[in-house]
Amino acid sequence: MIDTPSVDWFALSPSLVALGAAAICLLSGVFLPRWVLRPFVAFIAALGFIGAGVMAALVYIESPDASLEVADAITRDRFAAFVQIVVMGAGLLTIGVSYSARMRRDHIGEYYALLVTAGAGMAFLVQASNLMTLFLGLEWFSVCLYVLCAIEIDVESSLEAGLKYLIIGGMGSAVLLFGSALVYGSTGELGFSAIAQSTETNNLVDDPLLLVGLAMIIAGLAFKASAAPFHMWTPDVYEGAPTPVTGFMAAATKAVALAVALRLLTVAFPANDDLWTIAIAVLACISLAWGNIAALVQANVKRLLAYSSISHAGFMLIAVSANNSLGGRALLYYLIPYAAISVGAFAVVAARERELGEPVTLANLAGFGWERPLLGFSMATFMLGFAGFPLTGGFMGKFLIFSAASEAGWNWLVIVGVVATLVSLYYYLAVIRSMYMRPAAELGLAPVGGSPPREIMLSSAAFLAMVVNVGSFFAVQPLVDFARSAADALPL
Amino acid sequence: MTDWLATILIFLPLAGAVIVWLLPIPRVAGPIALLFALAEVGFWITALARMDFDSTSVTPNFDQQVTWFSDLDVSYHVGFYAFSFWLAGLAVVVMAAAIAYGFWVGRERPRAYFGLMLFLMSAVVGVFASQDLFLFYVFFEAMMIPLYVLIGVWGGPGRLGATVKFVIYTMAGSLLMLAAVIVFGLQQGTFDLVTAPPSDSTWLFLGFAAAFAVKAPLFPFHGWLPDAYRESSPEVAAVLSGVISKAAVFGFIRICFVEFPGPFADWRNVILALAAIGLVYGSLLAFRAPDIRGVIAYSSLAQMGLITIGVFAKGGLGVSGSILQAVNHGLLSASLFLLAGTIERRTSTGSLDRLGGMARGRPALATMVMVTGIIALAVPGSSAFAGEFLILAGVFSTGWGWSVVGAAGIVLAAMYMLRLISAVLHKEPGPAVPDVALDLRPAELGIVVPLVGCLLALSAWPAAISDNAIGTTLNPGPTSFARLNDEPPEGRMDFVNTPITSTSR
Repeated sequence: MIDTPSVDWFALSPSLVALGAAAICLLSGVFLPRWVLRPFVAFIAALGFIGAGVMAALVYIESPDASLEVADAITRDRFAAFVQIVVMGAGLLTIGVSYSARMRRDHIGEYYALLVTAGAGMAFLVQASNLMTLFLGLEWFSVCLYVLCAIEIDVESSLEAGLKYLIIGGMGSAVLLFGSALVYGSTGELGFSAIAQSTETNNLVDDPLLLVGLAMIIAGLAFKASAAPFHMWTPDVYEGAPTPVTGFMAAATKAVALAVALRLLTVAFPANDDLWTIAIAVLACISLAWGNIAALVQANVKRLLAYSSISHAGFMLIAVSANNSLGGRALLYYLIPYAAISVGAFAVVAARERELGEPVTLANLAGFGWERPLLGFSMATFMLGFAGFPLTGGFMGKFLIFSAASEAGWNWLVIVGVVATLVSLYYYLAVIRSMYMRPAAELGLAPVGGSPPREIMLSSAAFLAMVVNVGSFFAVQPLVDFARSAADALPL
Repeated sequence: MTDWLATILIFLPLAGAVIVWLLPIPRVAGPIALLFALAEVGFWITALARMDFDSTSVTPNFDQQVTWFSDLDVSYHVGFYAFSFWLAGLAVVVMAAAIAYGFWVGRERPRAYFGLMLFLMSAVVGVFASQDLFLFYVFFEAMMIPLYVLIGVWGGPGRLGATVKFVIYTMAGSLLMLAAVIVFGLQQGTFDLVTAPPSDSTWLFLGFAAAFAVKAPLFPFHGWLPDAYRESSPEVAAVLSGVISKAAVFGFIRICFVEFPGPFADWRNVILALAAIGLVYGSLLAFRAPDIRGVIAYSSLAQMGLITIGVFAKGGLGVSGSILQAVNHGLLSASLFLLAGTIERRTSTGSLDRLGGMARGRPALATMVMVTGIIALAVPGSSAFAGEFLILAGVFSTGWGWSVVGAAGIVLAAMYMLRLISAVLHKEPGPAVPDVALDLRPAELGIVVPLVGCLLALSAWPAAISDNAIGTTLNPGPTSFARLNDEPPEGRMDFVNTPITSTSR
């Protein structure tokens, strides 16, 4: 008889609910007739995300104090619950975006099942409190995303995206695993807080093994967060993957990767914080520079948004590197508008893509804003949000992040961020310019004919994202209060 | 209700914008927008009647404060000091005229157009009313969004290039200001402008000054100006030069002067020099500009230089003059841009080579252009003369050299304005002036005459503004306007409580 640890099912419930929904979706694909399949699985998947979000909210309410559960493998705290809610929200919006995507019939069940499973994996990952569960969660959602990227098996670029993501993502995971092994070898511990204790008691602060391990773990997480210089896969994968999947990846993957990075670094490596804050700040600077400059020359909107997401990894890494409680709050707050904006922006791209039947470029967005007022206006607010204009949550996020950096005494990082924002304006406003200021006739773009398809699900997803984006600006106080009590779970 | 007046003034146009956007009837967008703009003017006049110009209290008039974000002590805090109230009044009047002009001309996509104009109105009034640094930045940036779209969608053929330049220049300044806002707020522990203690950080001062120098614009930050003023539609150009540039005046006074007393004094001569260069250089360019809009655009550069000189002069006289002149210039350049619009509609060109002889048979147009032109060149007796006189008198105690440059600028103003008047109205009829080009229509007169009427009223009684510009104490102690009296010009007494009697004529 093996001793089993007591399992806190409640703490695991967000992942479990999502997994349950995934199982139903998968079975429905086999049993249900085709005409009812699409609405049914989409509904179940949406229920899965909503249920998981509700469970996460309950966990948030019930766990004012952080505790380690299930043989100290996972943490039950508000920090994880907060990020879970963001992930589930992004997933819910993604379902709206996916709903009328042209999808091969025999994929529908699997598509939604994989989407919800990826959400479950992310929910698990942010709860991870030792290096094993960390790796498990990471691979869990990564494998789902590899398949989701390549799910359009008759589209060559989708296959290419899946393959690239698989190879480079595998590389990233390997680096992370190697780093974990080195840390384990140095400290003899797997649990985050145990690592910190062991570092303390055995005086391992300058142990080369530990430092190399730490560096490799940071690199592995940077792969997932698509922070430069570990971003090489991002533009190609974002461009090739089905657009709703891209939106989900941009929003949720980045959110969990950054949240986990913050947890891991602050809980497991507080003794080395003079080192990793600098390392993260350098990564942030490289991401900001590379992402923004490369985005300037992009014509394809999905690639443009991919580089923009690299630069946003940079912005959020500033919050991580600040290593103070305002930074934790700033990161968590920023995840809300950022996730909404990302999904929303790719939703609008998906709408145009379906309308034109070809990849969306800046040129063929011409006139879009006038033709489809709701989507155009939403896209404009998303771009303004990315660029950090007031009246959007993106501005509040940047404001908080810069405040955190300034509080940490890193005014130079504020300047870097400000300059990066300035550069980014050029391409974000280029999208608005294309949509509103260039009449479609001027570019000789052949209209497809007829009125554009009415996609209620996609439009409502974009509308919701816009509401979150603008609403999070005005309702900053309650959201930051939530973020504060979430961030208080970490030793910041 | 008095407490709510500032809030009403900010959000009334915004409500109008939302209504215009949501009502799916394009035809009523213009009338609704005009209605809201006129209601806004009415509310401003109501507020004028209730304004306490002699208040010596720290809190501004119509003060209202609601906590917004307590972590960083950010609040929604609005209210008007005397000087900002005049600037807001200018904004309201000019925006109303611009909306009326847009309605008369008829713009494509009226819902979007008028909604954005109302949104812009809201943001501008918000800038002048905000008493919280964060709120100020929000409104300051919120102005950018409608302006960008208004120029980019309804502008001339070169509009895309103009918008890119405009955005890059202004955002470069604004983002430096954002960094300064953050650091200032964290250092002082609050973003509230009324309670924040003054700072003596040069870097923060420069961050703010950069944003305002671009917005004004001051030489050499004016690269965006000619394109933006030429490519936007006349009423947007009127708003840009008449109203938006005054946000810089507000910022220089409310933030640079009050919150940064030390650096303000240290950098006084540098900024005075930039402003003086801008004054002379802008005047010369205006004299050589080949088209009407070019003349008005560069004259704005010159005038903003002059106004900045007044702000950075020692003693309160210059500041009073600057506020008066800011209102004058706003009304003048708005009238001129709108008149330029009517001329361009009749001749389809603004090129001075192809215009001329328009006075013959068009008495109303000729009268309007003459009156605004004559006031703009600051003949004695005009409100512009009063303003410029106060500025020059104010800066005289700082250094007589600045007054000499300023006086030279006034002479140059006469040169370029007279050239403009004669090139448009007199001489032989130009090739682009058809005989069928009619005089101003009643509706056009209805738009321009109120602006000119305000100017004539101010000419009769400039002290209405100059005596009441800085009657309200901002912060007590070292940061107040009373500080102006630390270095009193000879023979001048405390002006906070004993208003200056302007001696312009």
